[in-house]
Amino acid sequence: MRNALLLASCLLAAAACRREQREIVHSPAASHASGGIVRLSELQPGQPTPEVEVRNASEEKAYDINEGKRLFAAYNCSGCHSHGGGGIGPALMDNYWVYGSHPENIHDTIVEGRPNGMPSFGGKIPDYQIWEIVAYVRSLSGLVNPTVAPSRDDHMQVKVAEQSKKEESTEEKKKP
Amino acid sequence: MRTWVACSLVLMTAFAGCNRANSTRPKQLPYIQRYTSSPATSLASVLADDGQWVMAPKDYANTRFSSLDQINTKNVGNLQAAWTFSTGILRGHEAAPLIVNNTMYIVGPFPNPVFALDLTRPGGPLKWQYKPAVISGAKGVACCDWVNRGAAFGDGKIVFNTLDNQTIALDANTGAEVWKTTLGDINQGETITMAPLIVKDKVLVGNAGGEFGVRGWLQALDLKTGKPVWKAFHTGPDTDCLIGPDFKPFYPLDAGKDLGVKTWSPESWRQGGGTMWGWISYDPQLNLIYYGTGNPGPWNPELRPGDNKWTATLFARDVDTGAAKWAYQFQPHDNFDYDAVNESTLLDLHLPGGQLRKVLVRAERNGYMYMIDRANGQVLSADPYAFITSTKGIDLKTGRPIENPDKQPKSGKVIREICPAVPGAKDWQPSAYSPRTGLLYVPSENLCMDFEGLEANYIAGTPYLGANIRYYAGPGGNRGELLAWDVVHRKKVWGVKERFPTYSGAVATAGDLVFYGTMDGWFKALDARSGDTLWKFKTDSGIISQPVTWRGPDGKQYVAVLTGVGGWPGAIVSGDLDPRDAGAGDGFVSAMSDLPKFTEKGSTLYVFALP
Ligand code: HEC
Repeated sequence: MRNALLLASCLLAAAACRREQREIVHSPAASHASGGIVRLSELQPGQPTPEVEVRNASEEKAYDINEGKRLFAAYNCSGCHSHGGGGIGPALMDNYWVYGSHPENIHDTIVEGRPNGMPSFGGKIPDYQIWEIVAYVRSLSGLVNPTVAPSRDDHMQVKVAEQSKKEESTEEKKKP
Repeated sequence: MRTWVACSLVLMTAFAGCNRANSTRPKQLPYIQRYTSSPATSLASVLADDGQWVMAPKDYANTRFSSLDQINTKNVGNLQAAWTFSTGILRGHEAAPLIVNNTMYIVGPFPNPVFALDLTRPGGPLKWQYKPAVISGAKGVACCDWVNRGAAFGDGKIVFNTLDNQTIALDANTGAEVWKTTLGDINQGETITMAPLIVKDKVLVGNAGGEFGVRGWLQALDLKTGKPVWKAFHTGPDTDCLIGPDFKPFYPLDAGKDLGVKTWSPESWRQGGGTMWGWISYDPQLNLIYYGTGNPGPWNPELRPGDNKWTATLFARDVDTGAAKWAYQFQPHDNFDYDAVNESTLLDLHLPGGQLRKVLVRAERNGYMYMIDRANGQVLSADPYAFITSTKGIDLKTGRPIENPDKQPKSGKVIREICPAVPGAKDWQPSAYSPRTGLLYVPSENLCMDFEGLEANYIAGTPYLGANIRYYAGPGGNRGELLAWDVVHRKKVWGVKERFPTYSGAVATAGDLVFYGTMDGWFKALDARSGDTLWKFKTDSGIISQPVTWRGPDGKQYVAVLTGVGGWPGAIVSGDLDPRDAGAGDGFVSAMSDLPKFTEKGSTLYVFALP
């Protein structure tokens, strides 16, 4: 029992450690992918084959998500998506994702742009910042670990803090 | 021209003596011209027939008054839906259909198809339709839904604008493309949403994008070829703004050289806004057009010290050359995004004291009803028609609003209860004026806001705002009101309160009726004198468009309106925005969170007639 407790607190400490980590020099592959193919469709003909699985390192770091939040305003994402409720662009705090909610999907959305008015930011934002923004975007609908999500706003409160945002749903839903 | 004379004659008689109790006003305008079998092509000839609706504002004076009186206070209770038509686009419909030579022309929201419906046959079957080739990305720089406010007719052509900055002229009979021209760039944040106005041989077009730091302009194209004739910018040096020797502003506030440069911090006029996405009026006798410009960018006023000319400014220009005759800046250093693009209604009024004045009347976004001498730009009066905290009045000596120091936006500080909110006491949705009652019927909004200034980064093609905002209902809780304003006696006579902002245009008729629609989907007819609701009809979706009325080839009077909620206030429905973010939709969603309980998206034209 004591051992188990010790182990648990060790693990917690390790996790907290990653949570507080700030990488001043970002390695080019801050995040990495493994597995198969990025898919946007739930339909695949024949035998299902594995999807790509991306570990977005920024999603585990409070500093990175906070940076993502700052960058979301600095690159004017907030001008089109507000604080996640949407405006010109769709809401990002709900569970409707036209182009997918996985980190790699959101990364692709930001880099490639989307045909109905989402600008292509590829080549305009350094990749590590894109991953930070991806982590922040996912925090808007409660898709990251709440302990790493921003807990407060220095500005007029227009919505609940990201940290208190419950995950929208376990199942990602596509827009009807 | 002839109509103009007839119209001003009527207005003059209507106000002769200005004795409202002893009404000797003519019952209706005479029908000047009956339908002929061969379609008239010139704008002057179709304008002469008041049974048609040949430009979105109805006439150059922007009265939206029709002399038709077959549908009137006595029989309007029997009004019925005659037929319908769907544009198939589930986004905000703001356009006024046109009715010219027994054909109805409708422009839809983006991708901006044009439909011509044959009114000589039962049910108005499709005569032709035209689908422009458009750039899908334009939707990303349309601040306030994918709206379009209508087409224009002239020289046998239907001329309209697309969201992606094209102006296109079609043969009104066949729908064949005559010319098209591209006037702006979506990668600079430009779009076009306004209804063009045709005057003589020119098409007048302005850009939108005040939320993207674009540089605003109005230009005149040759109606025959689409080639630009003149272009007037609304920021920058005098030569760009077509401000020259003829320019004689009434107030010292607007006098000086290159104010479009000097009233900005260095170079910031290049991203200064001052777009033109609203209404233009035209006075054929003075040969002047009148229109106002949009807000300065960014919204946070601390980031742009100075008067920021020529944003939020009313211009009078020579229509042939574009040369500015006078200008009047409603909001020097606009603090609250109070665009000045609303319609100027041109009236010849006998004011108390007796003399006949050529004026223009404007229900401004800042909550004041302005009466301005349209020959020289003098503000004769500016009376509040809504609840106002943002300013303490308009100083008629200097022309400047009297600022309320408690309500000045600041960076990093939340200023509360600023009224009216950004969309104004009235937005672009046009009023109607009846010469029979002397009343202006104003679709208005009752909204206040909390405003926090933020940093703003200029990145071309992305929003340039620098503000955190949320709106909510003003005093009384009703978010809208259709109010009747006595223009001569400068007072509100009555008002019909609405749950949601009144975001549709109004139409007044010689049947003493006022038509308008509501965002919860009711199309209504009011008694123009008492304001009593005489008839209403529940449509499929909220109404934010401009109703029209005409006389069909069967001699019957018809009324039509497009439904399809959206626009800025309706984006919560048309764009599925999430009200858990009170700042969504640039702050409008917090004031509209219950709209989805009242309406869904729509796209239907409703035509009404007596049985
Ligand atoms: C100029 C307006 C604009 C800006 C700026 C903008 N977006 Fe978008 N965004 C849109 C629009 C419009 C769409 C919808 C595109 C579509 O459906 O094809 C969209 C779509 C998206 C989506 C896809 C949502 C889904 O349902 O799959 C994501 C994620 C997104 N944006 C994130 C961002 C981020 C992050 C930024 C800043 C780096 C950003 N956007 C900046 C307009 C904008």
